[in-house]
Amino acid sequence: MKREMVLNVNGEEHDVEIEPNRLLLEALREDVGLTGTKEGCSIGVCGACSVIVDGRLVSACLTLAAACEGKKIETIEGLARDGELHPLQRAFVQFGGFQCGICTPGQIMAAKALLDHNPNPTTDQVKEWMSANLCRCTGYYKILESVMAVVEGKVDEGRRDEAVRQARIQSLYQSDTYKSNASD
Amino acid sequence: MRPFHYRAPRSLDEALALLTPQAVPLAGGTDLFLKMERRQTQADTVVDLKRIPELGRIEAADGGVRIGALALMDSLGASSLIAGQYEALTRSARVVGSIQTRNRATLGGNLANASPAADTATPLMALGASAEAADATGTRQVPVDQLFLGPGRTALRDGELLTAVLVPALPARAGSAFQRCVRTAMDIALVNCAAFVRLDGDDPDTVAEARIALGAVGPTPLRTASAENCLTGARLDERVVEEAGECAASDAQPIDDVRAGADYRREMVRVLTRRAIWKAFRRARGEA
Repeated sequence: MKREMVLNVNGEEHDVEIEPNRLLLEALREDVGLTGTKEGCSIGVCGACSVIVDGRLVSACLTLAAACEGKKIETIEGLARDGELHPLQRAFVQFGGFQCGICTPGQIMAAKALLDHNPNPTTDQVKEWMSANLCRCTGYYKILESVMAVVEGKVDEGRRDEAVRQARIQSLYQSDTYKSNASD
Repeated sequence: MRPFHYRAPRSLDEALALLTPQAVPLAGGTDLFLKMERRQTQADTVVDLKRIPELGRIEAADGGVRIGALALMDSLGASSLIAGQYEALTRSARVVGSIQTRNRATLGGNLANASPAADTATPLMALGASAEAADATGTRQVPVDQLFLGPGRTALRDGELLTAVLVPALPARAGSAFQRCVRTAMDIALVNCAAFVRLDGDDPDTVAEARIALGAVGPTPLRTASAENCLTGARLDERVVEEAGECAASDAQPIDDVRAGADYRREMVRVLTRRAIWKAFRRARGEA
C-alpha cells in the first residue's frame, strides 16, 4: 500500500507517495525525478548508484526509500552551487575522469564521501575506498588523477604538461598496493 | 521485489511482537534484498530494526565487549573498544565488501545470514564469542560456534531475533588474527581463517590455549579441533605450525565451485592457518 512521506534530497524536501518495497534508487529517479543517480548491477557491487545518506556512502539499489525518511540524502545533483560545478566535478572534466559517464555520478559521490571524512587521503586510500566503483571504460587512472587533483588543490590549473602528466600516471601505477588479499 | 508491508519499530519489544512467521527482520539489507529479488524468501512483512537505538551499540560489558546486532561493519572496524584487543574481528570487519556495503551491513546480519563464508563468523568463533537471542519470553546465549547449522540456517528459533554478540574479556598473553583470500577485491572469501592463541604464563613460547576457525570450506564456518589440539601445550616453532596447518587442511571440507576448486581451497587453508597462528602468536607476545 502506498504511503506518503517526505524525502530530504540535497536539502530540499520532496513529497512522495511510494510503496514500501520502493528502493531509494527508484524513488530518486522515478518519484523525485533526479536521474543523475544511475542503476548498474542492482546488487550493490558496481557503485553506480552510490549516494550519501546521513553522511554515509551507500548503494541506493540496496536501500529502501522508506528507511530514508527523516534522513539527509545527497546525490550528484546537489554538488553544484549557484551554477558552479563542485571541485570534484571540475576535476573530472579537466582531467578526463570519465568516458561514457554512467559510473561518474557514483564515482564522484564516493570521492566526496571520502574527502568529507578525510580531506587528505593517499592514492592507496582513494583506491581502496573506491574499489567498489566500477568503470567499464577502464578509466581508473584518470579517475584517480581527478580525485588526487582535488586533494592536492590542483583543480583549475588546467591540463598540465604532458610529460608531467605521464610521470604522474606512472607514479599512480606504482603505488598499486591492493590489500584485499592481505587482510591482516 | 514483490510487495511487502514495512514496519520500523522503535523498541526491541515492539520488534519481537512484529516477528510473526510471515515477517522477516531487516538489518542492513545487503543480503535480504537480493534474496527478495530472487524470491528466496516469502515474507510479506519487513521489520526494519535500524530504528532501535539499543541494537546498534558497541559497549564494554563484563570485562569484554557487547556488540549490538545492528552495529554497522564500518563502526565495528573503527571501534576502539575492539581494535587492539580483538584484532581478528577488527580486521575482518574492515574487509567485508566495499565501504558502501560496510555502511549498511551489520554484524547481526552477517551472522544470521549464515553464509559459510561470513567474514566475521570465524573471528568470533576463535574469540569464544556468544550470540544473544531474544524472543517474547526472554533471552538466551548461543556460542557462535554452535550458531550455524548449514548454509543460510542458524540455531535461532522461529520468532527469535539475534540481538547482540558478546565477546569475552581477552585473557592476558592472548592474541588473535584473521586471514582470507579472495578472487577480486569485492568478492566473498574463497577461504578465511581466524586464530586465537593464549600463551602459558611461565613459558611465553608455549601455547596454553588455541582456537582456530575456518570459513568457506564447509557447509558452515567450522572449528578445527585437530589443529587446536596440535597447538595446545606445544612450544611454537615452524614444525608445530606446519603440522597445525596440515591438520586444519584435513579438517576442512571444501567444495569445488565457481570461485575455486576444493584442492586449491584446502591448500589455502594450510597457508592461511599457518599465517594466522604466527600473527596471533606475535600479538599474544605483544610483538605486533
